[in-house]
Amino acid sequence: MGMTMTQKILASHAGLESVQAGQLILANLDLVLGNDITSPVAIKEFAKLNKEKVFDKNKVTMVMDHFAPNKDIKAAEQCKMCRDFCGEKEVKHFYDVGKMGIEHALLPEKGLVTSGNVVIGADSHTCTYGALGAFSTGVGSTDMACGMAIGKAWFKVPSAIKFNLTGKLRKYVSGKDVILHIIGKIGVDGALYRSMEFTGEGLSSLSMSDRLCIANMAIEAGAKNGIFEVDDITLEYVKAHGAKEPVIYKADEDAVYDEVIDINLSEIEPTVSFPHLPENAKTFDQFGDIEINQVVIGSCTNGRLEDLQEAAEIMKGRQCAKNVRVIVIPATQQIYLDAMEQGLLKIFIESGAVVSTPTCGPCLGGHMGILAKGERAVATTNRNFVGRMGHVESEVYLASPAVAAASAVTGKISSPWEVMNV
Amino acid sequence: MKYEGNVIKYNDNVDTDVIIPARYLNTSDHAELASHCMEDLDKTFVTRVQQGDIITAGFNFGCGSSREHAPIAIKASGISLVIAKSFARIFYRNSINIGLAIVECPEAVDGISEGDRVEADMDNGIIRNLTTGKEYKTEPFPEFVQKIIENGGLINSIAEGIIK
Repeated sequence: MGMTMTQKILASHAGLESVQAGQLILANLDLVLGNDITSPVAIKEFAKLNKEKVFDKNKVTMVMDHFAPNKDIKAAEQCKMCRDFCGEKEVKHFYDVGKMGIEHALLPEKGLVTSGNVVIGADSHTCTYGALGAFSTGVGSTDMACGMAIGKAWFKVPSAIKFNLTGKLRKYVSGKDVILHIIGKIGVDGALYRSMEFTGEGLSSLSMSDRLCIANMAIEAGAKNGIFEVDDITLEYVKAHGAKEPVIYKADEDAVYDEVIDINLSEIEPTVSFPHLPENAKTFDQFGDIEINQVVIGSCTNGRLEDLQEAAEIMKGRQCAKNVRVIVIPATQQIYLDAMEQGLLKIFIESGAVVSTPTCGPCLGGHMGILAKGERAVATTNRNFVGRMGHVESEVYLASPAVAAASAVTGKISSPWEVMNV
Repeated sequence: MKYEGNVIKYNDNVDTDVIIPARYLNTSDHAELASHCMEDLDKTFVTRVQQGDIITAGFNFGCGSSREHAPIAIKASGISLVIAKSFARIFYRNSINIGLAIVECPEAVDGISEGDRVEADMDNGIIRNLTTGKEYKTEPFPEFVQKIIENGGLINSIAEGIIK
């Protein structure tokens, strides 16, 4: 029986000729990731294993991004614990304030992940690296601890849904609209326990930034992983970022899929997911005026350079609406620098937005933009659960950088097509 | 393994942000996490939960973040078992890894009400609603997972050389 991309990667990392859906395997890991929230729990568990060293000091990475720069004393203690552990275990890829970025934007940028890798991360959005043709998935801290100790993790081999992409995205429509549309279609548990595999002729029109965004939110449909077929765009990206030699796994012709879903990219419109689930996706013909108090442009989903370029194009020469706080967060130091050199930060600041150092911050209601009772935000982040960005009676509307920028200047949830007269 | 307790019932898509809000993730202390368990969904939970109580819930329980703080908070608050129609996958494996008993059984969830007394015999895969007298069958864990649970979680399984 043929295998999917995911199944082929898992088989090779488990030393097996083939695997099938439902099979339990122990796979070798190419990278184990943690952040300042999940790593402290993993470090405590690691201590119980009586191992002096991590399995490979080049294959463990910790990124201080969630509550860093330290938002309070407890957060400072957590970062210190990670710093001390990485120092003692000589973990090579430890990213602290000044070097860090939001983990899922940082790792591909640093070339730490390549096509064909198996990566686990104690963060649910670890599925982002599927954009590079890797199997990567979010786990908990105990899995992270065991991964650091033995370089292996147990997996139940997933079945898959195949997304056959055709067409080409229209102006001011991006990967975010695609994934919100898909989650709206299949629901927040529509891909539960399964892989989402993206393929088809439409791939060639999707930038790596779009793909990273789409794979990033696979978890919001319940998926184990999201993965893109490797093509020239992928190979160029991994080469440009100095990643290890890619290994390409293509699905077999006779691979079995639970379902095949056709997505015509040309038909996707600017899309907004309403509170309090990412599946509440609507297009602009489905709602009226909704006034907002805050806009957040950033996160592991949409804090990349292309996202900031798109937002800046719309905000250039315009002012943020009165009483709307606009927070722009470049996802890494490199993105920050590039955005500065390209004049994007000037555009944001002149429009009345604030530009923050890289952090997950407001996305999870951590710091740097918490909402008060009754407040509403448009955010390019990934979750709009109850209380996600602050008070339990606040609301988060998920959208693309273009929608967020358009909303920033009008003060209500707005389509970039309307603001830019497309 | 047998569990018995009173039921606290929730609906679909209970996410990890409501199980343990991120504002409390600056600690990994079990008791402190338990003191905020379910805070953004049900403020009464921490005041009424009793040792051994059972949570029942709808589809996709534990969706969202990978924070292990979520199953830790539930376990540390005294909950002995979570029965749901389905679980989000990271929550599912985290629960196994830390030794919080969880089971999928849509029929039981539909047949059990808030406050019912429930007994679960996980060796035989039987859930009994002691209040109504009704019984429900569940799927046993796969052998590999059973081994992890029997050894008190993944850490012990590795420490004792069961997984190498």
